[in-house]
Order: sequence, then structure tokens, then C-alpha cells
Amino acid sequence: MFTPVPNPTTNPGPAKFGEQDLIRRSASTVTPPAKRQTEVAKLIDVSKCIGCKACQVACLEWNNLTEEVGINVGVYDNPHDLTPNTWTLMRYTEYENAETGNLEWLIRKDGCMHCEDPGCLKACPAPGAIVQYSNGIVDFVHDKCIGCGYCVKGCPFNIPRISKVDAKAYKCTLCVDRVAVGQGPACQKACPTQAIVFGTKDEMKQWADHRIKDLKSRGFKNAGLYDPPGVKGTHVMYVLQHNDKPQIYAGLPNNPSISPVVELWKGATKYAGLTAIGAFAAIGFLHHLLTGANRVSAEDEKNAERLTEGRS
Amino acid sequence: MSTEVESGDGVHPGKPVIVDRYTVAARINHWITAVSLVLLALSGLALFTPALYFLTGLFGGGPTTRMIHPWIGVVLFLSFMGLFIRFFRLNLWERTDNVWMSRLRDVLAGDEEKLPEVGKYNAGQKMVFWSMSLLILVLITSGVVIWDQYFSNYFTIEQKRIAVLVHSITAIVAICVWIVHVYAAIWVRGTISAMTRGRVTGGWAWRHHRKWLRDLVTTKH
Repeated sequence: MFTPVPNPTTNPGPAKFGEQDLIRRSASTVTPPAKRQTEVAKLIDVSKCIGCKACQVACLEWNNLTEEVGINVGVYDNPHDLTPNTWTLMRYTEYENAETGNLEWLIRKDGCMHCEDPGCLKACPAPGAIVQYSNGIVDFVHDKCIGCGYCVKGCPFNIPRISKVDAKAYKCTLCVDRVAVGQGPACQKACPTQAIVFGTKDEMKQWADHRIKDLKSRGFKNAGLYDPPGVKGTHVMYVLQHNDKPQIYAGLPNNPSISPVVELWKGATKYAGLTAIGAFAAIGFLHHLLTGANRVSAEDEKNAERLTEGRS
Repeated sequence: MSTEVESGDGVHPGKPVIVDRYTVAARINHWITAVSLVLLALSGLALFTPALYFLTGLFGGGPTTRMIHPWIGVVLFLSFMGLFIRFFRLNLWERTDNVWMSRLRDVLAGDEEKLPEVGKYNAGQKMVFWSMSLLILVLITSGVVIWDQYFSNYFTIEQKRIAVLVHSITAIVAICVWIVHVYAAIWVRGTISAMTRGRVTGGWAWRHHRKWLRDLVTTKH
């Protein structure tokens, strides 16, 4: 068993990280801190999940969220998708393993992956609306969010949701407020089987190795750790029985990265566009300087008078 | 060949000759379009690049900028449709426009005597007209795709990514065309009164739109 994060003291103390630990801030630059905090991570072991949804409930409870009563369409997923109130969602897949002939019930806890290279933050136009702490947590700052939905386009995992109530973007915070005072995330705390564990990223990788060895010994030869390099790794990682086929886990992207369309929009287009506008304005200015105004001459007026003479 | 004259155009002989170029309705239509375009450029640039995010202050902050930009876009689109219907006939491309375009050097030097006589619009103005028509059509279409407040459920994320890229590039091109349009109006002195008071002098018409002036003189009297 992985030793869970102990309950910290209830005596008030300073937060373990804050503004001074930002390594990225949307639409603005930050001076990175001299020393990076130890990277944290949440490890979700899909093979240990029993689909009880305690994590979903704990998330709603800790973040004081209420989900609408939905409609049962004959699947376990409830609600049917992530929403502005549901920041984590159990996605159930019935997978027929052709090799073994077994029916496998794959249950993946979906939510923000806290990418090391966050697409949401890259796309965000509002300074400081999305921040990344040096421990790896990516968080939305709602009083700076303008509700444009650019984060939705930037995210390679389809995670952020825009609220119809206050038009702001919502997603898992990795319980930034709990982690700051030494607690583990609410979902991890509530998980009865230790399918969710939380600690430093290194600890999580070690624990994942131990779990993967165990799974391999049980015949899951493609068991592995999902820590996609396309986004420079994530701070929410999965242990998957079939790491060669992540897409069977309710469409978990195989080798995700920030869309090249988003990179082009936020990169070359921005610089080339502003240069083009500046160039057009400069050419106009220079042209006027060199040729002078194009004025109507007295001769032109005379010609017009001659043309209209006797016509009135 | 059809005449270069429109119903509101007219000539008043005198010293100088005064020529009516735009009706009150056309001018109001133009200025609604102009104001919307400038507001759209400012609010759009604010969301396009962090360096210009401060422009959101003109619109009452980030969220209101995000909310109001698409609505101004709707105003622009409808208003421009009005301009399109008014102006498209005399903006149809003609063979002499190719000659004009091939002598851009003379155009930029202001040597208009070397160019073929021009109707109500020269080839440059026609280019501005048609490129704006096309660009605004692309802008409103791609804009609807990324108007999440009302249309977020109708398009996929991949479609929205492409739409936001197309929208930005098209907007940049439109701003450049707008710079050409405004610069030409400033450089060619005597032009702006056409859109403020609706009138130009006979000398202006003789110098820049001689065919239009000739047609006016023959048809209106």
C-alpha cells in the first residue's frame, strides 16, 4: 500500500506556494522563481478503480458544486460529460479483449491532466487568467477569466467547460487550495481502493513502476504509465492495463500535443499579423512623405467648368 | 455599356463646379460600417495579442469586450450588405481596370493623365470593395463558429480551432485593406468631403473620375 498524504495539522500556517511560485501566466510574462518546487502529481491507477464515484462526490463537495439531476440513458457515466460543475468524471468502457476473450470494464477518471506544457494557458488572451505553479499545478483564476473559450480550443484533452451562468471557464484545480496547505486532493482522499494516489511526481512514477510490474505479472503485457511526452508530461498520470491503446479508455488521446493550428494562431500569425499592419501603415506614411499630397489643380477645376459650361 | 452614373449623383455648374457623389443614406450607411469596423478592429486586436489587451478597457473590460465584439460584427455585416447592394454595380470589373492596375507606378506617382479615364470607381477602389466583401463574408462565417455564447454546441473543437485561425488572419488582411482605403482617402485631397458632405468639386471629379463626370454631364442635363 502507498502511504497516503497524512492529515496535516489544523494550526493555520502560510501557504506552501503562491504568486511567487508561478512559472507561467497567461498572456503575460513572469520572472520564474529561482528554485522550482518539487513537482507534484496525481496517479490514477485504472486497474484498481471500482467505479464507485466517491472521487466525483468528493470533488463536488470540496469545491461546493452542485450538478443538475440528469437523465439515465442506460450507461453508468453520470453526468454524460464534464460540465462547469463536474470537474472530474468516471468514464466507463466495456472492452472486449480479443486476445484473452475477456470482457474488461475500463473505468477512467477523466479531468484536467495539468500538462507541463498547457495548451489552455498558451491560448488564453486574458493576462493572469490561467497560471501554472512551479509544482506543476495549472489553475484558472476566475476573476481574470473573460469567458472567450480559447482555453477549450487550446486543450488537447477537451477538459475546460464554460459556465452558462457566469460565462467563466472551469476545470479541476488539482485541489490547489488543499495542496497549498499540505493536504492531498479531495478525490484522492475519498478513493477507497487507492486507485488515486498523490505525492511528488517522482514518487508517483516509482509507485506506477511497482503497479506496472504487478500488472505485467498478471498478464497485462502492455501495462504502462500514461505521462504523454507531447505535452512534456502531465501532473495527472494514469496507470493503464493497455498503455499501447490509450484511446480504448473512452477516447484518451494517443500521444496528445497542442494542436498545430493553435500553435500557428498563437505563434507566427500573431507576429506576422502585427508586422503586416505596421508595414502597411509605414508604407502609407513613407509614400505621403515622398510623393506629397495628390491635389486637385486650378487647371482641373477650369476643365470641369469648361465641360459643364452652357449645360445648366 | 451602362452609364457610370447613379441616381443620387448630380452636377451643379459654377465656380467651382460641385458634384454630388453620395446620398445622405449612403453616407450614413458608410459611417455605421466605418464605426463598427474600427470598434471591431480595436476589440479584436485586444483579444488577438496580449500586447493590446489593454484596449479591452475601451469596452468596459475583458468580459464585455468578449460579449460585445460579435454583436458589433453582426452590425457590420448587415451594414456592409447595405453598402454592397448600393455600390456593387459600379464596382464590377472592366477591361480598363486591368490597364489601371498594370500602371500602378503612375497611380502611386499621381500621374493620372497617363491612365485611362476612370468611372465612378477606379480599379483600386474596386479592389478594396471586393476584398472587403469577401473578407467580411469569411469573418462573419468564422466568427459564428467561435461565438461560443450561442453556437458552442454546433461545432467541434477542431472546427473552432481552424475558425479562430482563419478569423485572425482574415481580420489582419481586412485591417490592412482598411489602411489602404483610409490612406487613399487622405492622400487624394478633396476625397473625404464625398463621405462627409456628399459632394466633391468638379476639378476633383475631372482629375480622378473623368469618365464619371462626362457621363454625369451628358445624362443629367
